[in-house]
Amino acid sequence: MSILITPTTKILIQGITGEFGARHTRLSLDYGTQVVAGVTPGKGGQFFEHGAHKVPIYNSVADAAKATGATVSAIFVPPPFAADAILECADAGLDLAVAITEGIPIKDMVRVKRVMQGKKTRLVGPNCPGMVCPGPGKDSQGGCRIGIAPGYINKQGHVGVVSRSGTLTYEAVFQLTSLGIGQSTTVGIGGDPVNGTSHLDVIKLFNADPDTHGIILIGEIGGNAEVEAARWIKANCKKPVAGFIAGATAPAGRRMGHAGAIVGGTEDTAAAKIAVFKECGIEVAITPSDMADALLRAAKARGVTLS
Amino acid sequence: MNIHEYQAKTLFEQYGVPVPKGTAATTPGECIAALAQLPEGPTMVKAQIHAGGRGKGTFTDGFKGGVKYCKTKAEALEIAGKMLGNTLVTLQTGPAGRKVQTVYFTGASAIKKEYYLAILLDRTTSHPVIVASTEGGVEIEKVAHATPEKIHKVFVDPACGLADFQVRELIFKLGLTGAEAKNAAKLIRNLYTCYWDTDAAMVEINPLITTPAGEVLALDAKVSFDDNALFRHPEIVALRDLNEEDPKEIEASKHALNYIALDGNIACLVNGAGLAMSTMDIIKHFGGTPANFLDVGGGATREQVVAAFKIILGDANVKGILVNIFGGIMDCNVIAQGIVEAVKEVGLKLPLVVRLEGNNAVAGKATLAASGLALVSGDTMADAARKIVKLVA
Repeated sequence: MSILITPTTKILIQGITGEFGARHTRLSLDYGTQVVAGVTPGKGGQFFEHGAHKVPIYNSVADAAKATGATVSAIFVPPPFAADAILECADAGLDLAVAITEGIPIKDMVRVKRVMQGKKTRLVGPNCPGMVCPGPGKDSQGGCRIGIAPGYINKQGHVGVVSRSGTLTYEAVFQLTSLGIGQSTTVGIGGDPVNGTSHLDVIKLFNADPDTHGIILIGEIGGNAEVEAARWIKANCKKPVAGFIAGATAPAGRRMGHAGAIVGGTEDTAAAKIAVFKECGIEVAITPSDMADALLRAAKARGVTLS
Repeated sequence: MNIHEYQAKTLFEQYGVPVPKGTAATTPGECIAALAQLPEGPTMVKAQIHAGGRGKGTFTDGFKGGVKYCKTKAEALEIAGKMLGNTLVTLQTGPAGRKVQTVYFTGASAIKKEYYLAILLDRTTSHPVIVASTEGGVEIEKVAHATPEKIHKVFVDPACGLADFQVRELIFKLGLTGAEAKNAAKLIRNLYTCYWDTDAAMVEINPLITTPAGEVLALDAKVSFDDNALFRHPEIVALRDLNEEDPKEIEASKHALNYIALDGNIACLVNGAGLAMSTMDIIKHFGGTPANFLDVGGGATREQVVAAFKIILGDANVKGILVNIFGGIMDCNVIAQGIVEAVKEVGLKLPLVVRLEGNNAVAGKATLAASGLALVSGDTMADAARKIVKLVA
């Protein structure tokens, strides 16, 4: 099992005919992901072809979902139009919209988040690598890959990974897989200050998933999402959790690549977040090279088997 | 993106947020013309740099204060001459300071009381928050720490915008009545419109003042904008002052590289913001100091890698370089070839440690090994960081 998606989840791609969307659609198809539809307004009726795959393209998300049964969308739409693309998913009643797009105006996301309140559709991202639910095949083929993460570094298993950063997620997954430890689901929630699904939302899902035995929580400077998740973990989560916070050396007030990675006060520094992690029983990875090992230490302390 | 105080005040005026009358100047000649537009009498001279703490700053020639009260316009002209072209060091500029290229003159306002007012994004609620306090003219962080009850906040629902009852709530909390209340309410509403319409990241007025005549004025103005929204605001982009930005950062942005200069001596070149931040951290962890943040992005090209090396080497403090690439989708061998070409092109003499992992990493490492370059390979981030720190020490 896994959270939010399974290897049989049917996905559609918004922006499938754009260079970026097309490239990652091909990689997802190669991975064995059930990409059943594409959406590009004005190109309905055409097909996205890759090897033996022939993916139908629709003018709208509603049309695509109705015709193919897709329940999840991966959004590769450029920033000025991405907020609209997310709203379209909510209107079509999809289960999940995963917004990969980087650079969406914050005001657009403030509006989108407000509109999505109480709606059925969950948003992951934006500005995120997406999600992976590894499959059973060689190099985890046959899994569900939504977004831009490399598929081959994953391995089917029982560790949940949640992160604001793409490459740090890959780093953690690679360390786990190198140790022979697989993952249930990997979720990149994105580096923007306003995003759909928070660390805490994902932690709650991992905690409730009987197939997830341990969790790696990767955060950054800025905001208090990691602190909120850590306090909930202390009170509610019995599974071993390892944590890492990037940005200990980042100067205050400077945006470190991610729009959300900026120190605004004394509460959202790496040191403050790491202190809360420790206080909440989360095993802190001392360096990013230590993430998988930190989870092994946490699992050992609780007598939990990860593989 | 940040703008100067005088630009922010022009913007405020366009939105109906009252400010003291003022004019900016960049040369002694312009100063005379600017002062001619102001009435005779007490005048403020304010150095225009993006960093805060100007009033308590010191110029590199020993002249004190980037914000000065002058009894006459003649005195203001003399003070402006001392500021223009001079370098101002404040708590926020770092020891190098910033060269003052523009000064701003305003009439000195009679102050009855000072307040604080700001609008920014509250990340917890994902709503804009208006922050107001009766304690203006001082560091608001200190007020929040020492007397949190004096900080008042209202959260604006983006579905309907700022509601009148919320404006009234702020007015009551600030203890304003009569003409002051009426003027402040109008100012708050207009400031919110300014914040929302321009895609501002933050608008801050510290201090906001009341005058004996019942006016409410923005005595200072600090405005920054959401970089992601600049594509739809050419009028804001036109306010960008490249003099206020590090030339290396400007050069990096031309190549779609995300670079931030720091004061250490180990440069790093990384793909991904999170990995780039934690590469800086791991250098520090093993006893070194990072010279920069540099994210080459997920699909770096050979040209970008070459540009990145040139930018890094433009920093005279750099004594060694750490390249940390986790090739997810990106082919490590392409990156390796880029590194080899870049090193040859720039004639690198400094120690270089490269850690390549991920997609086609074996071929990438072979390319580096076969290049004959004097670079050191690192297996993990920790291994690579340890090696570069040792080489630079």
